[in-house]
Amino acid sequence: MAVTREIVLHIAKLSRLALDEEEVVRYQHDLNQILGYVAKLDELDTSEVEPTTHAVPTAMRLREDRAESRLTIDRVLMNAPAQEDGMFQVPKVVEG
Amino acid sequence: MAQTIGQYLKRFQAGETSEAAVEAVLARIAADSTNAFITPFKAESVRAKAKEVDQQRAAGQVLGPLAGVPIAIKDNLCMRDTRTTAGSKILSNFVAPYDATVVRKLKEAGAIIVGKTNLDEFAMGSSNENSAYGPVKNPADATRVSGGSSGGSAAAVAADLCAASLGSDTGGSIRQPAALTGIVGLKPTYGRVSRFGLIAFASSLDQIGPMTHCVEDAALLLKVIAGPCEHDMTSIDQPVEEWTHNVTQGVEGLRIGLPKEYFESEGVDPEILAAVRATIEKLHEQGATLVEVSLPHTEYAIGTYYLIATAEASSNLARFDGVRYGHRSDDVEDLIDLYERSRSEGFGDEVKRRIMLGTYVLSAGFYDAYYHKAQQVRTLIRRDFERAFQDVDVICGPTTPNAAFKLGEKTSDPLRMYLEDVFTISCNLAGLPGISVPCGKTSDGLPIGFQIQGPAFREDLVFRTAGAVEAAQ
Repeated sequence: MAVTREIVLHIAKLSRLALDEEEVVRYQHDLNQILGYVAKLDELDTSEVEPTTHAVPTAMRLREDRAESRLTIDRVLMNAPAQEDGMFQVPKVVEG
Repeated sequence: MAQTIGQYLKRFQAGETSEAAVEAVLARIAADSTNAFITPFKAESVRAKAKEVDQQRAAGQVLGPLAGVPIAIKDNLCMRDTRTTAGSKILSNFVAPYDATVVRKLKEAGAIIVGKTNLDEFAMGSSNENSAYGPVKNPADATRVSGGSSGGSAAAVAADLCAASLGSDTGGSIRQPAALTGIVGLKPTYGRVSRFGLIAFASSLDQIGPMTHCVEDAALLLKVIAGPCEHDMTSIDQPVEEWTHNVTQGVEGLRIGLPKEYFESEGVDPEILAAVRATIEKLHEQGATLVEVSLPHTEYAIGTYYLIATAEASSNLARFDGVRYGHRSDDVEDLIDLYERSRSEGFGDEVKRRIMLGTYVLSAGFYDAYYHKAQQVRTLIRRDFERAFQDVDVICGPTTPNAAFKLGEKTSDPLRMYLEDVFTISCNLAGLPGISVPCGKTSDGLPIGFQIQGPAFREDLVFRTAGAVEAAQ
């Protein structure tokens, strides 16, 4: 199995997901199954192929370097789970 | 009798009020058993909007092209001061602070938006069974799915709860539910319609599109929502056309490509192939040339998609962290705990699975083997189409390998569900326009969808063919 239990726990940490035991076992199985299917792509020789990063070729459109604010502070905070003094409130991050 | 946009507009011209028209729609929404809506709008506010349009009409004001017409929108589209859930628990209390560009355009056109429709959570799914707000039942058969992820938008149109709806399509999420419910669904060329205000799933694949009773309505609705947008840097500066003119143009002289990989594919319901072939024959009788083509990388499309889409999703869904909006877990120890618990409590199973897969394929040591490889195969898939379009104008085939399946039939095996998208998925990878048009029913009475794909920005060819398919039924 390409995806070990350790890898599942590592990926969960990177994804900021807290998995219970049943989920760890299930996602390990699912990931291995899907990656097993996806291994098909190795049949193809892509050594000379450019990757597609953008679906439709386009040039970057530029605009004037002018500050614009679509939302007011009120609108930005309207869904805040916790706020104070016009800021989002979160648990303490910095020690001391 | 389901009412098209065109029929609503004719009735208003003949003197009927939007208020009366909308009353009938509200009654049907109230009686709806498909679970098409997550948030049907309050009757009083819908009535008020309809009254406003009637007053403007009576005063002789110039009205927009959708004035008074009831439209529903998928609940991954932000609508200002309206609950917008993306079908997820994590946004159950989220009220959008702004309108998506397409919503603003609908409003400017005078449309009466009647509610936010149900979807697979964060648009991840092919059956609308991944919604935190319950599955959507197929109006053709209540024991079966409506397809996904725009299952609610499809059911709302099929059950005549609105004249038309907007859906979104990342791997087939407009076309597949359109096929399974027997309506028309278009995914425009990538960049044709602004994604500003669409809650992002996979940014290089997502497109918003119309879901309608008839091809002409799809052309009309596309004209309203299409066009470059300064808030979406992936929207392309291509002119909006009079696509309704193409709908009746006919297919004389049109070269129709039939990919052998679609028609030789095992596991496609023979009744679907028969219906699609019968329609192709009719197009041939009307003067179209049939050309066998090959899209040799078709069998790699699903694998490519599930690497690219999940990678992009893992990035796009990182913003749901309990800090600025959405669900925040109570009683957390520290910031990391806040992130992990809020996300784990708020996200459903399929979403977590895809985030995990996406994170894995982007992670150090695996990026080259998976994500980079997938991007290269994506190029090969695009080239297949470019090559084919040198010899043909459009590519046709079935939209789905099977008709609507039973609720619960495919939920135990994620991979089995992914294979639903085999015919629709390449279209998103290549950024092309694709439409599903009804072309008959199975012996069980279930709708069958006919898919037409065109070159980039050639919706004119797609509508030409779609109009002919519809007329041939």
